[in-house]
Amino acid sequence: MAQVDDRLRALSARLLDLPGRVERSADDRVVAGVCGGIGAALGIDPTVLRLALGVLTVANGSGIVLYLLALATMPPKPVATLDEAARKQPSAERAAGVALVTLGILLLFAQLDLLLPAEIVWATAIAALGFALVWTRTDAVDRTRWLIMRAVGGGLLVVAGLAALFAAGGVLSSVGQLGLAVVATSVGVGLLLGPWIARLARDLARERRERIRSEERSEMAAHLHDSVLQTLALIQRADSPGRARTLARRQERELRAWLYGDRSAATTNGEDLGAALERVVTEVEEAHDVEVDLVLVGSAPMEPRLEALVGAIREAALNAARHAGVEEISVYVEVEPDRVEAFVRDRGRGFDPDAVEPGRLGIRESIRGRMARHGGRAEVHTAPGEGTEVALEIARTPDRTDHRAQEPAP
Amino acid sequence: MSVPRVFLVDDHQMFRSGVRAELGERVEVVGEAGDVESAVQGIRATRPEVVLLDVHLPGGGGRAVLDTLKAELPDTVFLALSVSDAAEDVIAVIRAGARGYVTKTISSDDLADAIERVRAGDAVFSPRLAGFVLDAFAGEVPPSVADPELDQLSPREREVMRLIARGYTYKEIARRLSISVKTVETHVSAVLRKLQLSSRHELTRWATDRRLI
Repeated sequence: MAQVDDRLRALSARLLDLPGRVERSADDRVVAGVCGGIGAALGIDPTVLRLALGVLTVANGSGIVLYLLALATMPPKPVATLDEAARKQPSAERAAGVALVTLGILLLFAQLDLLLPAEIVWATAIAALGFALVWTRTDAVDRTRWLIMRAVGGGLLVVAGLAALFAAGGVLSSVGQLGLAVVATSVGVGLLLGPWIARLARDLARERRERIRSEERSEMAAHLHDSVLQTLALIQRADSPGRARTLARRQERELRAWLYGDRSAATTNGEDLGAALERVVTEVEEAHDVEVDLVLVGSAPMEPRLEALVGAIREAALNAARHAGVEEISVYVEVEPDRVEAFVRDRGRGFDPDAVEPGRLGIRESIRGRMARHGGRAEVHTAPGEGTEVALEIARTPDRTDHRAQEPAP
Repeated sequence: MSVPRVFLVDDHQMFRSGVRAELGERVEVVGEAGDVESAVQGIRATRPEVVLLDVHLPGGGGRAVLDTLKAELPDTVFLALSVSDAAEDVIAVIRAGARGYVTKTISSDDLADAIERVRAGDAVFSPRLAGFVLDAFAGEVPPSVADPELDQLSPREREVMRLIARGYTYKEIARRLSISVKTVETHVSAVLRKLQLSSRHELTRWATDRRLI
């Protein structure tokens, strides 16, 4: 007896130690994983705990109180992982300990006259046993015949228990008989099918998570295949170094935008100035075998005047790519609170501005005219052999959300 | 003047041999490494004048190499080299002590020029770095800042930065502003110093956001 006493003490010491250390089980659960979690932590088969709680519940409802107390103090396990290392092996001795504790509590209740009538207790216990028999999971690979036997036996016990329960309550009298039979059958069916449906839903959720993950993976594979692998193949076949360089540059830009795109292109009304400039730069690089080095200071949402500026920048860069005879063009754009300045520059052959034929509309119409119509300004600095720089300036609507105008957070 | 003794740190073998071949006789490559640990050992053993340092490296990035060696080897200068466009990465290596930053698309002539320049003690700013600097030093000086001198660019420094961002070389800047190339270099070095020492919130925010400080 002293030995059992010691065990009980050890067990209750562990139980007192529960909160914070024991998590509700995510994968071994019938209601909320409380019994599964405690069982895993203490090395007790959760079924034993469930039976003990069931007995206490039918005795006078105290099982439900205990369960709710445990539920309130145990945190849920964050992810459904089977951490075998943290799990103690179930032991028969500890299970017997739980049974003794339960028996002790029952005897205490009997002494205090707090029990429900014996018929109800027995009837419910039989139904609970049948329920447990049907829905306890075995760790071994389930064999169909054994499963069916358990299901049939458990189902019979549940029906018998429920019948006994109603008989004991003396409720199967004339008027309500039919209705009560229906209710009893529904409750029985619900008890038998409920956990199965719950388990099915859990399996479906897990499957869905895995499907999403594998879809993401194959989407990434598809993207890399369509972009990077294709480009690598093209580069191997490219006949000139210039072509290979253009391909590589375009791919780099595209891959970077795909990888980090969401970080930079976050504006409220669609595209911002940076994205619009990137687009223009890529277009010029692809149309001509040149490298356009874009430097942008500040940021701004797009508006009609900035559209005009981007259009003029595009025209100036295309001019440089066509006529300057260089491999590199610099584009510098600076956003200030009230205006945007831009410079498109090359170190190419330059030209004599006065000698441009009147029929050539590029600079006059697409750059100067476009800027003037939107209240902006364009200047072209060039001379033969000196390279060309087109300087553009346009006013903008002051932007209240401009990050530079803000004070640092205290 | 003798050719600079250079150490290459980049995790791509192909890129290292490419740089080696392109620079040819203009530098003496005394060693190369592909990760932080072997870079630290190699640089300690060979004592190069200039280290070409990739910003992204297995084992902690170029910043880890700088943190380990900067105080130990005061005569070795570091030039950061990267494909990275991310401002916070670039600013982080500069603040850790690199004397400049160039992108990997730089021509070999410009790279040889940049190596020569950092060896002579000057700073090297690519257009992109100049853009980052203008971005970081834009706007009002926060009132909490202790040393306003360090936390804003002088009008002249700003002008020089803007010209670099526009693609001008030091020589072209000197001619345009009617100053000597040496004066341009002085301005650029002053900006580098401010970049490394400034407590402007944009700079520190970049760093703290990435848990770099």
